[in-house]
Amino acid sequence: MSDLNATMARLERARPGKVILWTLLFLGGVVMITPIVFMASTSFKTGQEVFELSVIPDRPTLENYVFILQESKFMRWMLNSLWVATFSTASVLFFDSLVGYTLAKFDFRGRQIVFIAILSTLMIPTEMLIIPWYMMSRSFGWIDTYWGIAFPGLMTGFGTFLMRQFFMSLPDELIEAARIDGWSEFAIWWRIAMPLVIPALSALAIFHFLGNWTAFIWPLIVTNDPDIYTIPVGIASFNGEFQMDWEIVMTASCLATLPTLLVFLLLQKFIIRGIMLAGLKG
Amino acid sequence: MAEVRLEGVHKLFGSVVAVEDFNLSIGSSEFVVFVGPSGCGKSTTLRMLAGLEDVTSGSISIDGRAVNNVHPKDRDIAMVFQNYALYPHLNVFDNISFGLRAKRLPKDEIAKRTNEAAEILGLGDLLKRRPGELSGGQKQRVAMGRAIVRKPKVFLFDEPLSNLDAKLRHKMRAEMKILHQRVQTTTVYVTHDQVEAMTLADRIVIMNEGHIEQVGTPDEVYKHPASQFVASFIGSPAMNFATGRIEASGKTMSLRTDSGTSLDLAGCGVAEGTMVQLGFRPEHMELADTAKPARGHVSIAGSITVVEPMGHETVLTCDAGFGEIVGKYEGERRFQPGETVKFHIRADRLHYFDLKTGLRI
Ligand SMILES: Nc1ncnc2c1ncn2[C@@H]1O[C@H](COP(=O)(O)OP(=O)(O)OP(=O)(O)O)[C@@H](O)[C@H]1O
Ligand SMILES: [Mg+2]
Repeated sequence: MSDLNATMARLERARPGKVILWTLLFLGGVVMITPIVFMASTSFKTGQEVFELSVIPDRPTLENYVFILQESKFMRWMLNSLWVATFSTASVLFFDSLVGYTLAKFDFRGRQIVFIAILSTLMIPTEMLIIPWYMMSRSFGWIDTYWGIAFPGLMTGFGTFLMRQFFMSLPDELIEAARIDGWSEFAIWWRIAMPLVIPALSALAIFHFLGNWTAFIWPLIVTNDPDIYTIPVGIASFNGEFQMDWEIVMTASCLATLPTLLVFLLLQKFIIRGIMLAGLKG
Repeated sequence: MAEVRLEGVHKLFGSVVAVEDFNLSIGSSEFVVFVGPSGCGKSTTLRMLAGLEDVTSGSISIDGRAVNNVHPKDRDIAMVFQNYALYPHLNVFDNISFGLRAKRLPKDEIAKRTNEAAEILGLGDLLKRRPGELSGGQKQRVAMGRAIVRKPKVFLFDEPLSNLDAKLRHKMRAEMKILHQRVQTTTVYVTHDQVEAMTLADRIVIMNEGHIEQVGTPDEVYKHPASQFVASFIGSPAMNFATGRIEASGKTMSLRTDSGTSLDLAGCGVAEGTMVQLGFRPEHMELADTAKPARGHVSIAGSITVVEPMGHETVLTCDAGFGEIVGKYEGERRFQPGETVKFHIRADRLHYFDLKTGLRI
């Protein structure tokens, strides 16, 4: 955070640079926000008005919202998504950091090989894995189950790698001191190592949660029953075979963004720190 | 309180020999200091005692029990690390009591012992603070608190004072001594600071390149260094050395140095022809007006190159022909670089070391 403040302070001083920077940021902001504004505005439009470029609807209506909340399974999908994303995030936080810690702080034969193997999974695109996942799910009877949606993301190579890097920066003496203090290895991980990487954990949690919240392809493939749909799959299902109800899709998207917006506002501090820590783009 | 024994302990890191044939028996309640230059294996030995590092060969026992294969937590030891290794997310109270909580002691017992330890170390007001909100000296005390609260059989300290400034280091050194007198726990203390070693130790273990050079009381290692290494390591400013060959003409013995100068030695017991290093301490050099030394003294002259007034004494660096020597002078006289001065040294304060083996003759 102090780095950010320092950067800001430096910008204050560089006047002409500041003007250019703000202009660029403003343009970037416009580009990012315009679609969202249209999404929000469309959600208040009627079907006839959808393709007009007005931001303020001529005849604003709440019909779309009423339709979605009353006539569709939207709330059910919301809960499905929430459950799958939460479960998957909890699992990732637990297992990725456990494995990351082991790779960072224990010396054992084959450590390097295990690490490289985990890293190499990062290079395999999801699209390639979908068919094996599907075949697996079919033979195990995981189709149309929460477990089926969640299982590919219960541990991630990226999270393991991220946590390993953070645990490596913990001084060994802390762990040794706790060892002498009489704690088991698991307790040391849980009571000493984990609290010290909370910024990394929260970054990982946020990225993983959002990734799951918006995940589309795999949930689409593994679910047939509308009761099991996650939000993105559910929204896509509003698209009829011959026509698109854009106002409905946009309304559903608005509703789907609300929780993430809420999470963002609540955890803004953590997210920014997380992005700075992980050197990632959100 | 427990005895600690190390027998034939070796430690290899791959092909690097970190510790070699380490034999030491530490008595109950004894305060033993390992001292030596950087990389000589002090920390490694301590870590083997703690169980943080495996022993390559040899055996370690604590209180009569072989501990080679015993987990650190079951050795009943406590260790203070150079960087203190305080848990940054726990406050002082939790830091100190962390080890007691592992033992699942009752809550009020933990509170009682923690407060007791905090009281001893004067940390009573800081219990709610986190390590990040403490000064170096306070952190150091918390680290000590964490060690004493468990009432272990052995304390292990790895350069616990090296991160403090000189003044605080001096103060904590005294506190350390008081603490040891109070709790009487067997202590092994690692430092590379010979002053710390001399002031704290019951016995000093001087290490060099993985092996023990000498074990002895501070007095012994100062007065009778077993090797040229020990002689040069203990004492500040360091001992002066002159390298040469012992010669005899009639009854008088002398040292013919490499540079050709000759030093008359009063009654030296070293055989003629031996190549030696002659050592003498700065504090044993008495400034004299005459070149001719009194009976049983040796005279060395040199021209001053550097004058360092320290207030109560003056340190004089001189060129003595065979090399540079450093002398100490306590008195009012002022010196100028270039001036020639003569020192007399009592012959029984000269140390002779074999040039090849470095051992005391
Ligand atoms: N984990 C390790 N792997 C390989 N070599 C090591 C390891 N730990 C120590 N060594 C080597 O063992 C030797 C002794 O190291 P040690 O840390 O015991 O020195 P020390 O006496 O404590 O020095 P210092 O005063 O600098 O702390 C050194 O040569 C060091 O490089
Ligand atoms: Mg060391």
